[in-house]
Amino acid sequence: MLYNEPSPHEVKILTRRFGLPDSASIKTYLKTDGYVAFEKALKMKPEEIIAEVKVSNLRGRGGAGFPTGMKWSFVPRTSPKPKYIVVNADESEPGTCKDRVLIENDPHQLIEGMLIAALAVDAHAGYIYIRGEYRYLIDIMDKAIAEAYEHGYLGRNLLGSNFHFDAFTHTGAGAYECGEESALLESLEGKRGVPRIRPPFPAVVGAFQSPTILNNVETFCAAPAILRDGGAAFAALGIPKAGGTKMTCLSGHVNKPGVYELPLGFPVKTMIEEVGGGIRNGRKLKAFVPGGSSCPVLTAAECEGLTMDYDAMARVKSMLGSGGVVVMDEDTCIVKVALRVMRFYAHESCGWCIPCREGTTWLRKLLQRFHDGHGQRSDIVLIGDLAKNMLGRTFCPLGDAAAMPTISFVEKFREEFEAHLDGRPCPFEHAEQLVMQ
Amino acid sequence: MPDPVKLTIDGKAVEAAPGTLVIEAAKCVGINIPSFCYYEGLSLQAACRMCLVEVEKAPKLMAACTLPVAEGMVVRTETPVVAEARKYTLEFLLTNHPLDCPVCDKGGECELQDMVFRYGAGESRFVENKIHVEEKQWSPVVFYDGPRCILCFRCVRICNEGMGVGALGIVNRGAVSEIAPNHGDHLECDECGMCIDICPVGALTSGTYRYKTRPWEMEHVGAICTHCSNGCKTTLGVRNGKIIRGNNHDRSGINGEFLCIKGRYGFDFTSHPERLQSPQMRVNGKLEPVSWSIALAAVAKKFGAALASDGRIGVIGSTHTSNEENHYLQKFARGVLRTNNIDHHRSGDVVTLLDALSGTTGSLASTADLYESKAVLVAGADLSSEQPFLAFQIRGNYRHHQAHVYVVTENEVREDGIAAESVRIARGGELEGIRSLAERLKTESELAIVFGDSVKGEAVRDLVAFGSSLGIPVKYVALVDYSNSRGALDMGLVPELLPGYQPSNRPGMTIGEMLDSDSLDVLWVVGANPLKASALRAADAFVVVQEMFLTETAQRADVVLPAASAYEKTGTVTNVCGEVQRLSAGPSTMGAKPDLEIIGLIAREMGQAAAAGPWAPDKVFAEIRATVKGYDVPMPVISAGGAAHTTPVNGRIPVESRPDLIHSSRDTLFTSGTLGRYSRMLGSVMEGRRR
Repeated sequence: MLYNEPSPHEVKILTRRFGLPDSASIKTYLKTDGYVAFEKALKMKPEEIIAEVKVSNLRGRGGAGFPTGMKWSFVPRTSPKPKYIVVNADESEPGTCKDRVLIENDPHQLIEGMLIAALAVDAHAGYIYIRGEYRYLIDIMDKAIAEAYEHGYLGRNLLGSNFHFDAFTHTGAGAYECGEESALLESLEGKRGVPRIRPPFPAVVGAFQSPTILNNVETFCAAPAILRDGGAAFAALGIPKAGGTKMTCLSGHVNKPGVYELPLGFPVKTMIEEVGGGIRNGRKLKAFVPGGSSCPVLTAAECEGLTMDYDAMARVKSMLGSGGVVVMDEDTCIVKVALRVMRFYAHESCGWCIPCREGTTWLRKLLQRFHDGHGQRSDIVLIGDLAKNMLGRTFCPLGDAAAMPTISFVEKFREEFEAHLDGRPCPFEHAEQLVMQ
Repeated sequence: MPDPVKLTIDGKAVEAAPGTLVIEAAKCVGINIPSFCYYEGLSLQAACRMCLVEVEKAPKLMAACTLPVAEGMVVRTETPVVAEARKYTLEFLLTNHPLDCPVCDKGGECELQDMVFRYGAGESRFVENKIHVEEKQWSPVVFYDGPRCILCFRCVRICNEGMGVGALGIVNRGAVSEIAPNHGDHLECDECGMCIDICPVGALTSGTYRYKTRPWEMEHVGAICTHCSNGCKTTLGVRNGKIIRGNNHDRSGINGEFLCIKGRYGFDFTSHPERLQSPQMRVNGKLEPVSWSIALAAVAKKFGAALASDGRIGVIGSTHTSNEENHYLQKFARGVLRTNNIDHHRSGDVVTLLDALSGTTGSLASTADLYESKAVLVAGADLSSEQPFLAFQIRGNYRHHQAHVYVVTENEVREDGIAAESVRIARGGELEGIRSLAERLKTESELAIVFGDSVKGEAVRDLVAFGSSLGIPVKYVALVDYSNSRGALDMGLVPELLPGYQPSNRPGMTIGEMLDSDSLDVLWVVGANPLKASALRAADAFVVVQEMFLTETAQRADVVLPAASAYEKTGTVTNVCGEVQRLSAGPSTMGAKPDLEIIGLIAREMGQAAAAGPWAPDKVFAEIRATVKGYDVPMPVISAGGAAHTTPVNGRIPVESRPDLIHSSRDTLFTSGTLGRYSRMLGSVMEGRRR
């Protein structure tokens, strides 16, 4: 099912089957070039597959944006250990909702992506780690896996070759932390979902102590298009150093929220105004989150001339992240946003390391008190200080994810914090609420 | 050996093997990088972030506990940036900490206190409400105070990795994460208390110690545990002559950080209300308290009379008394009382092992060997239950050196979990099971074999022959039961052997023969309870018992002399592997005297003081070193509280080892012969009650 009307600005590569009747079925998939890329890849050498992915300039779509071809090339193909493919479908970054539509509408694309990765590193088993809240997706995925087995795209001697591959779904249990790759692997192995010490990275020591390719759903879903139409064609869709399209989850105060597939380098302004249909009630833009709640927030001024790609976002000291765009209009209370974000991280901190475990909870309490009108001027400094004391000192990036937006809120919207001082009520107390509390 | 890596830490040049962690490399040049979660020997956590250091060319601070050394690396451990990071990490840590140091057991020996003192901020910026949860009691001996916990996970790891129990885990998430016991609200485990000892703060506290004292009010005495034969050092916290706690504060012992429930909590028998504090004498058929002089005079008179009339005297020695006491006792028995009727409860066939190994050297394993040997074979013993420290060594060997462990036992044992191969075979058939492993064992480069009391007599000889046939160096441990079982054998508390396993030309009676004799005139029992299971046939025998409690044997006595425990005297004991360690006197019990002094006083009372020789422990030990084969151990090692490995004999022992008399009591973690019966703590834990 689709949640929004497509936009004419979209370049439909990963979403090309969206809207087709019975798009999740293997019948539809096979009718629309399904598993063609896999057939092609079967005839290629592993290094050729990786080279093709490198040419495509595909970068990890989970948030970090690491070049996918390079990541695949780190897997020691000649290791005597089995190799694994693990799909990170633990989509939990607030503002992000693209993996669910990819699985819901085109699960076979994901399977084909896994098969291509498996050929590239000689893996014979793959796990799709689906977040616990996406219970219904497991049924869709399981059905697709069963169809693929039936049609000989999973199992033994695929398409008459001597290549074998089995795929399994695995459910998470509702921890944001399990979206971090090493915590995901711990959870997949049946342990408490806490991150591992890295190095070694999963490419060398991943699932079950074995070399593992671990990528986001969207990353795997891009692989069939790259193999089918060639890496160069995929690269050409985007900009230099970042090829292809990016699933963008547009939410917040826009008139047409939804998931849109936009080429990398797409202008932010056009995205808000045309793809998103502008800000509701004709209000002005106040703040812009480019890629999920962990990215430093951007002001309206910073969005001028800004494009949606990794390097442009890095230049304004934010991140493209997972593509979870949140648009906030002028009636938004930034203190409340900071509180809401911190409430999330305090709830999701796994408790492993001290700065994140204690820092997020302290900040949550402090921001709550502050928003309630009991803040002091020194608290504004303290909020920034605490976030900076977490930044770069935690065991995994969750601490940074909590610290980075907080620092940006205080630095860029200090006057809003000051407006809450001296027992004054929140200036936006009576503003129209978009989300329920 | 690969080339060492050269790096600089705080300006000092360091060379370390590749793979060494920076936190360990720093120790080589005397730099202590602070940490909570890093604990040598346990898996890495990198959770506390206290060990963050500056590394040149690194974009941010690095955790020294997970950072391997690299060529040319430049590390700075005490810069303003580092100090600031530690200050703010501690600030975070204290946000939900109750800061109840004034009443916390750990106050004064708390790593968090020390760290805050060193790096912490003078004042707190935290003004929000703290998270509070109620304290929980997990077992009679383990309490958990969640708010104090800093979640370093040392307890979880020591229980899982060190003990192989895995009784602790983590529940909840984020700031409300807690350590939780395996049975939800209570522990079912070894009750070893290792989690308490390893806790850097006061989160885990001991049920027997909590709120009793402040650490600085106690004297800390490094004693040797008087329960099983492993010879662990236990640090007794003594205040006003009374033991308040046991732990492993002093890690200089062979056991390092290890202690089991008995070593940690099993000291309470010393202050049991039934502890004898005055000599007792049978008056009109009833034991009545009398003075030492009256009691000693009565004993001396009877001993003298028996000697004069050529009467039969039997002496039963102890498996808990010191080497000095044992040596002096047998010397007194053989020299003054002119009898070889001396024996003790034998629990392992050390005699046959030594005989079978005659002519070889280096074939007796030390406790350290069990940690270092490339392969270990355990036969006929449930080590984790009966010899807990040896089991800990083997687990450590497996974890740290990937040792191959082989198990040949009747029932499942904990070592199965780490075993390369386990063989199930009925007791007595161990040798057959071991032989079935021959092909695998031949591929090992060395082997340590630990065997229980079911391997005795000819089976020991066959085992040694089998070991020699493997073509690899093999070392052995013959398991024995109690803290000085081995010392009793070494000191000749057997009718057929003199000290140092020298044959006696006129063997006397064994325990069974003494008890069965209808013509025994005097039975002298020093720290043993033979009448618990057997009756004394000679109804008229005059029975003298040196004991801490009114045991079954003491109840039959004509004179009972109150004895001091191993914690209340000096001397030496020899553990199961033949390692000699010195006892240190901690507490004192009014009225009780060390057995050595009691024997000396009897000698004096009999007018035989000169014949018996001086009864000062140091003088007796000097005599042991000079006369008992294998005991010429370096005094500095012993004096400094170390363990010296004895090499008892290297020649044939031309006597039969009497395998028929060798029986282990098979004490578990929660029992310990007579002492265990008087330790209320051992009886209080549910695991102990169940057995």
